[in-house]
Amino acid sequence: MIDEILTIILDGAIYASWLFIVALGLTFVFGVLKILNIAHGGIYALGAYSTATLVPIFYSLGMPDQLVILTMLVSALAVAIVITPIMERGILRRFYGQDEVLIVLVTYAIYLVLEDVQKLIWGMNSLYVYEPRELLGALQFGSLYYVGYDLALIGLAIFCGLLLWLFLNKTKSGKIVLAVIHNPEISGCMGVNINKVYLAAFFVGAFLAALAGSFTAPLISVQVGISVAVVIESFAVVIIGGLGSIPGAVIGALIIGMARAACVHKLPEAEIFIMYFCMAGMLIFRPKGLFQGTQARKI
Amino acid sequence: MPLKLLNNVIFQSIFLMSLLIVVGIFIPNWLVFVITKAIAYGLVGLGIITLMRGGLVSFGQGFVFGIGGYTAGLLGTQAGLTDAMLLLFISFLFTGFIGLIIAPLLARYRDIFFAMLSLAFSMVLYGILIKIDAIGGSDGFVLPESTYFGISPSPEYADYILYVVSILMTGVVSILLRYYYNSTPGLIALAVRENELRVEYLGSSAFNVTVLNFTIAAGLGGMGGALNGIALGHIDPEFTYWTTSGEFVFISILAGYLSVPAVFLAALFLELVRSFSGRYFPDTWQLILGVFLILSIIFIPSGIGSFFKQFFDKFKNK
Amino acid sequence: MKFFRHCLILVSSMLVSLIGFIGVTSADDHKGFKIGVVTFLSGPAAEPFGVPAWNGGKLLIKLLNEGKVPAPYNKKGFGGMEITAIPIDEAGGATKQVQEFRNLVQRDKVDAVLGYVSSGDCMAIPSVADELQALTVLYDCGTPRVFEDASYKYVFRTAAHAAMDNIAIAKYLIEKGHDISSIAGINQNYAWGKDSWKDFSVSIKKLSPNSEIKNELFPKIFSGQYGTEISALMNSKAKVVHSSLWGGDLQSFILQAKPRGLFKRTQVVFSAGDHVMPGLGKQYPEGVILGARGQYGMMAPDTPLNNWFYKAYMDEYGVFPAQPPYRMVQGLMGLKMAIEKAMDKNGGKKPNKDEIAEAFTGLEFEAPGGLVQMKLGNGHQAIQPHAIGKTAKDKDGNIIVTDIVRYKASCVNPPNGINAVDWINAGFPGADC
Repeated sequence: MIDEILTIILDGAIYASWLFIVALGLTFVFGVLKILNIAHGGIYALGAYSTATLVPIFYSLGMPDQLVILTMLVSALAVAIVITPIMERGILRRFYGQDEVLIVLVTYAIYLVLEDVQKLIWGMNSLYVYEPRELLGALQFGSLYYVGYDLALIGLAIFCGLLLWLFLNKTKSGKIVLAVIHNPEISGCMGVNINKVYLAAFFVGAFLAALAGSFTAPLISVQVGISVAVVIESFAVVIIGGLGSIPGAVIGALIIGMARAACVHKLPEAEIFIMYFCMAGMLIFRPKGLFQGTQARKI
Repeated sequence: MPLKLLNNVIFQSIFLMSLLIVVGIFIPNWLVFVITKAIAYGLVGLGIITLMRGGLVSFGQGFVFGIGGYTAGLLGTQAGLTDAMLLLFISFLFTGFIGLIIAPLLARYRDIFFAMLSLAFSMVLYGILIKIDAIGGSDGFVLPESTYFGISPSPEYADYILYVVSILMTGVVSILLRYYYNSTPGLIALAVRENELRVEYLGSSAFNVTVLNFTIAAGLGGMGGALNGIALGHIDPEFTYWTTSGEFVFISILAGYLSVPAVFLAALFLELVRSFSGRYFPDTWQLILGVFLILSIIFIPSGIGSFFKQFFDKFKNK
Repeated sequence: MKFFRHCLILVSSMLVSLIGFIGVTSADDHKGFKIGVVTFLSGPAAEPFGVPAWNGGKLLIKLLNEGKVPAPYNKKGFGGMEITAIPIDEAGGATKQVQEFRNLVQRDKVDAVLGYVSSGDCMAIPSVADELQALTVLYDCGTPRVFEDASYKYVFRTAAHAAMDNIAIAKYLIEKGHDISSIAGINQNYAWGKDSWKDFSVSIKKLSPNSEIKNELFPKIFSGQYGTEISALMNSKAKVVHSSLWGGDLQSFILQAKPRGLFKRTQVVFSAGDHVMPGLGKQYPEGVILGARGQYGMMAPDTPLNNWFYKAYMDEYGVFPAQPPYRMVQGLMGLKMAIEKAMDKNGGKKPNKDEIAEAFTGLEFEAPGGLVQMKLGNGHQAIQPHAIGKTAKDKDGNIIVTDIVRYKASCVNPPNGINAVDWINAGFPGADC
């Protein structure tokens, strides 16, 4: 019994950390730029692809195994460096100040484009990078084996979340970002270069998306179509936790992760429905999510 | 007198409707079908435009589109009701009713929050639909062939008859909407778009107007969903998927909120671009569709409707 | 700026109408035989099914048009008519496919449509096909319901439905003396997964009434994350774990389960497990019992036709053909045989759809995967022989399939007129093994 509860918690925590990493970038970009970035899933896929491309090169160079994590970071960074200027500077910037839903539509269009760009660059064959997952060995819990890499994802999630939170709340630049979140116009009047903040925030969001993809790559077969599920799951986390809130994303990911793990172990029939169930409950009782902020209305 | 007649909405609509009905005889069958489908999508777009006049855009019209489609489908398969016009009408009413129920939940929210919450609703419905095996689960189900006043047309003419029916029903709806737009709540919606608080100070309820608009949009979306289901003879949970909702938003943004016929033109445009890019570039149709969406948003930000308006304004000034 | 915008609209609308015009006019040339080929070219089903299938189809069409296929397929094209194929992406759901189908038939005026991997599409298309009187060959999808729930005049399926995949696996487990005292399953939460699990678990229950069913997991399709499911399966300690996962989901499941020791601890069976072998290569676990939805790929029979196809595909794409190209080739060959049979009868003219449909009904033809017989659904639904095997490592560490047991078509398929589920529930009456 205790064993089973432990398993549920562990499985739930692993899944929740994955969800959190995926959703963190989405909720941050939403918080700062007020953009629901549907192309987030596309950037995630690019991150996975770029890792699947760079890691084999890394191994072929004969580098020490531990540095592979660095390669994965670099491949995520590379995606963010390439995609941010194109998306934020090149396309999204034209639409700031216009209807926010228009921007959602633009990101949807970008999502469509990215789907085919993956095909054009990497072709239709699936790519694999399972090597990094063998790095940390396996651990035994009760009668079960867990892969060290999967458990390390929990650490990565905590690290990413904490880092972003500390940056926002404890550094000057972070406070500037918070000011922009609160009121871009006034911050602009106070001398904040809003465009720069937006660019940086988008960069962080894109990096987190690519990072999620790049650390998921060893778990999956990297191929066309991996972005679809990500769009929905990260959106669900953000809806449950509250739009644009980092603690909300933590709670949202934990709720879905734990509920799903419990379902798979105890009530498998309900598993597919549980995410939507959580979402529906939240919509009816707290439509802005658990961590809803108050909003000033303009006259 | 003739000039006044030309500006009369009813006259314009009847002229346009009869033109389309006559044209339908001469164009190939597939185009008739594509136009019928464009009308179905246009109806949903029309709903979004009704909301847009009040400053809101729903990113979850797949919700009502799906409810409308499933209403028509279930009435057809379970209750044996196959009269197309009746199905369209019932779907309109029922979906409008559902819209009225959830409207108060959504009407408190604005901007992107409204869009995202409506999207969340459509996703919950999607989650439910793929789970219910009794109605086909993720596969959906086939609709029985539709009848018209108890007569089931032979397959050669079925497409054309549905085309005529959809044009007639859409024409009526469009005329009624035009009158609604010019009515007091219709005009208050425009004011809500400009400044909601002032509207409240002036003694009108922005909340009520939003609920009314959402209900109308839901009804229209339901009718569109029913028409789409009837035309294709099949429905599945994809009706409620977020990508479907995205297409509706695109149609209404491409059309702009200034003109009713522009919505149907935009829907037709999207339908043709999608269909032909799928036909000639089966591997990269998403890329083409995506680029098309971005370019049209960049170059026609206020929609095709704005050209219509410019054109008619010029015409009036002369 | 405004002028520019006007120009843009004008130009783009002209472009659209121009493409439309080309579409209309090019549809009128009717010398050869034009087919629409619908399969997944984007989305998660493209890599495992759509693209390799279309690769096989493209290759066969090219070789047929050059007349380079061995007998009995050595006539050029379809009965001398050159084949032109219009590929269409199957992504986007059944409703969208209905529309694409109409476009193919009404706008492109194709002579036949060959396609559909997804069961949902296979359920939606036939009624439209009959309404438009368009010859349609379903080449891949699994659901038995297509011809069990209804009958169609112009629709044919040239591959066996999914029931045999799971019946054969159940029989294999028992014949080989595996411990089936408890079974568990992980299948996707939609028709394919649910039907597969039902067919398998009921078959096991019929053949070994004492076996106990443990977990029945139905993760949602394309979820890609199976950590929790793997824990649950391992906790249940079931002796056999059954799965009909496919494509990226199957690959991810294998990659995630392998380091956790699932394949060592439990006998895992994959009802459609071969199509990810070319991709996974040495990562594919050994000791897994698998089917390929027919005698395909590594379990294909040693016949001249198969050896020719295997080599031709290998030479062209550098990888061995798994299930998907076999099935599309099977569809094309069936269509070719039907057309040529109809031409023998009408004196060599291009046959019309009624003549082809008549010739197709009850047709028997030799495909690389063995003899295909259109026996079910009153001659519209094929049955074919099946094979089940077990993976092992050869001396170079490559994964091969050994212990192959072949099943006659009539052994693992219901007779005409009996639904697959009823046949299993009745304990396989009339099975000829």
